[in-house]
Amino acid sequence: MYNVSQEQLETIDVTLKEDLLSIGVHCAIVIDVAGNTIAQLDDGHCTFDVTSFAALAAGNFAAVDAMAKLVGEQQFSLHFHRGENESIHFSKVNEDILLICIFGQDVSLGFLRLKTTEVINKIKIIWQR
Amino acid sequence: MGFINVKKKEVQIKIVYYGPGRGGKTTNLDYINKKYKQRIKTEMVSIKTHGDRTLFFDFLPVDIGKIHGFDIKIQLYTVPGQVKYNATRKLVLKGVDGIVFVADLQRERRDSNIKSLEQMKENLLTHNKDAFKIPLVLQYNKIDLKDQGIPLLSVEEMEQDLNSELKVPYFVGSALTGDSVVETLKKIISMTLISFRKELQ
Ligand SMILES: Nc1nc2c(ncn2[C@@H]2O[C@H](COP(=O)(O)OP(=O)(O)O)[C@@H](O)[C@H]2O)c(=O)[nH]1
Ligand SMILES: [Mg+2]
Repeated sequence: MYNVSQEQLETIDVTLKEDLLSIGVHCAIVIDVAGNTIAQLDDGHCTFDVTSFAALAAGNFAAVDAMAKLVGEQQFSLHFHRGENESIHFSKVNEDILLICIFGQDVSLGFLRLKTTEVINKIKIIWQR
Repeated sequence: MGFINVKKKEVQIKIVYYGPGRGGKTTNLDYINKKYKQRIKTEMVSIKTHGDRTLFFDFLPVDIGKIHGFDIKIQLYTVPGQVKYNATRKLVLKGVDGIVFVADLQRERRDSNIKSLEQMKENLLTHNKDAFKIPLVLQYNKIDLKDQGIPLLSVEEMEQDLNSELKVPYFVGSALTGDSVVETLKKIISMTLISFRKELQ
């Protein structure tokens, strides 16, 4: 069992908002590898079930990670699923936590990757406190 | 790993139903899902094969209300039971807080119960967890088959095979009729919460 301080959670919320929602990301979620939701912010239009989403995302990420190891890779750094309207981008923050972004066609993958890298660095610092 | 969200005053706990293939893990969750329909806000998620066997996991979130002012959110998972899926079983055990081991009372399943429990102990070790320390409950399932004249193992045999060293609580029941399903769940939840009592104070 672990916990994160209120201040840490609020700082994470701020970076999700300022760096991801501001560029048009529909929903940004921080989960741990067990599938718990640590933080979640959306633009108000996300109606899907975040709890189940987090469980599936953690499972999916763990599966892809295990596949990487099987073919001799440390990890696949990019996990990305493109849909017609919504796409999903997964990135690893550290051994324990993942960042997931759900975004539409108006956000370019390149820009999103740039932004998620920034957010990951910020969350890493917040996490260490 | 359990997660305490101080901002939302919420605790998330992961409980995994583990055991040999076709032992009744998914049926436990099905029963809980039906019984607590009003407390479960979402659909049960099941990743299964075309033959209706668990491929990755089943997932069912259950809210059990407040303890010490914290909303307790229990997340129930099952592992795929088939022997070939051990890699995925390991993944599902990631961050587990409490385990229900569902064993099959049918005599012909004796070996698969024992093997599955042994493998669970090994899998836990790969996550630096110890079966002797983690909250764990055994469920001896399918007692209803007794009435159909199917050869079953006795409780003493089950205890001897599976619980002689672990010495954890066990329940004899039937996931199909619901016998002991809720008792098993309550027990594992309370054991898991007890293991977190320091953090929750
Ligand atoms: N008679 C009887 N059958 C059961 C019981 N629990 C599960 N089953 C049956 O056993 C089969 C496998 O159950 P399932 O829950 O899918 O097993 P799992 O592989 O452990 O998830 C199904 O056909 C169930 O209906 C039980 O308590 N009694
Ligand atoms: Mg199953």
